[in-house]
Amino acid sequence: MIAIVDYDTGNLCSVCNALARIGVEFCVTSDADKIRSADKVLLPGVGEASSAMQKLEERGLASVIKELKQPVLGICIGMQLMCRHSEEGDVDCLGIFDTDVRRFEADSTSGVKVPHMGWNSIEQLSTPLFDNLNDGCFVYFVHSFAPDICNDAIAVSCNGRSFAAALAKGNFYGTQFHPEKSGDVGEQILKNFMAL
Amino acid sequence: MVAKRIIPCLDVKEGRTVKGVNFVGLQDVGDAVELGRAYAAQGADELVYLDISATVEGRNTFTSLVERIAQNINIPFTVGGGISTIDDAARLLDVGADKISINSAAVRNPSLIDEIAAKYGSQFVVLAIDAKRVDGRYLITTHGGRQLTNRELFAWAREGQERGAGEILLTSMDHDGTREGYPCDLFAELSQQLSIPIIASGGAGSVEDIADVLSKGRADAALAASIFHYGEITVGELKRRLKEYGIKVRV
Repeated sequence: MIAIVDYDTGNLCSVCNALARIGVEFCVTSDADKIRSADKVLLPGVGEASSAMQKLEERGLASVIKELKQPVLGICIGMQLMCRHSEEGDVDCLGIFDTDVRRFEADSTSGVKVPHMGWNSIEQLSTPLFDNLNDGCFVYFVHSFAPDICNDAIAVSCNGRSFAAALAKGNFYGTQFHPEKSGDVGEQILKNFMAL
Repeated sequence: MVAKRIIPCLDVKEGRTVKGVNFVGLQDVGDAVELGRAYAAQGADELVYLDISATVEGRNTFTSLVERIAQNINIPFTVGGGISTIDDAARLLDVGADKISINSAAVRNPSLIDEIAAKYGSQFVVLAIDAKRVDGRYLITTHGGRQLTNRELFAWAREGQERGAGEILLTSMDHDGTREGYPCDLFAELSQQLSIPIIASGGAGSVEDIADVLSKGRADAALAASIFHYGEITVGELKRRLKEYGIKVRV
């Protein structure tokens, strides 16, 4: 069973629909025991980082997630919460990935927009999360903050500055983009995660 | 850099897509899910579904349609038409819409933008603006261009951004339906003034028009209906040609 962590940070519809499309059974839960005993764990999230972190802590899930041994995939804010620190709300996060999350700067001269919204290519792909995919494939992003490139980066992209589009360390994975909205490429990534 | 987006727009009336009579290879062009899936397969980057129903029943049908779209389509989609309260927006979010677009209701009650953005995030709010040139100034119109307001385009777009809109969808009512191209200077000026993405709508008659608004006009995305629905060009073919013009697109 796949556990989708519900910590009240917005709509989980898209992630649930995407898993249903690839034929995966899942439950949506905030129960620590169910999360611990799941085969794999998805940590989604939309919204603002510091309030999302607070919600995770209020439910006693911050320590639960850090100690998980099965494959864990953070998506967007879920991934940002797995980093050391986020500039959004100046909040200390779980510290799983060895990097910090910083805001993009809009630049009208070069056409850099914030939020970074739409399809961008990802490069330097590594780990089985990107099996059957090539550098330069496109995925869908919606965010204004992003993690700096670090040793844990397994994909990079660029919006004004280069940033880590995906991270991995041990059993923990995270994508800044939304695989659940990234067409066939996204479905492949979700299937790859399920096969880990 | 992020790719320029191509967004087909589908009008939905009483739960069925209208237009699209010449769409090749589909059993039922009136089925919004099937048509959306076909566009996604062609390489559409997002979809917009606009509810043009005039009845309460039509509205309710639209909500259940949005739920089916969310279940079946693996790219982002925006829904618009008739959203005038935060409850309308919540209802569509709950069934899986990625974004909502608001137009007349936001002009009538600008704090609607703040309310929806504060609760669901800026990424959820597309502010649609229909502008018309009057005495050398661009003014906002509502109700599909039928009512002229005294709000000036640039001021309203900046206000929308400050209130929390995540994108602006701009239609020049002077160009909409003419198929003579977009006012690129207008789009470039707006792009200069805003930090959020701009979607250009209304006026596309050719690949060159779309290439122009995405390059000279500095728009981040182009939305079109007729050129796709009537099968003049597929989304995939358009994007391949845009790439030849040196525009970064997802192909």
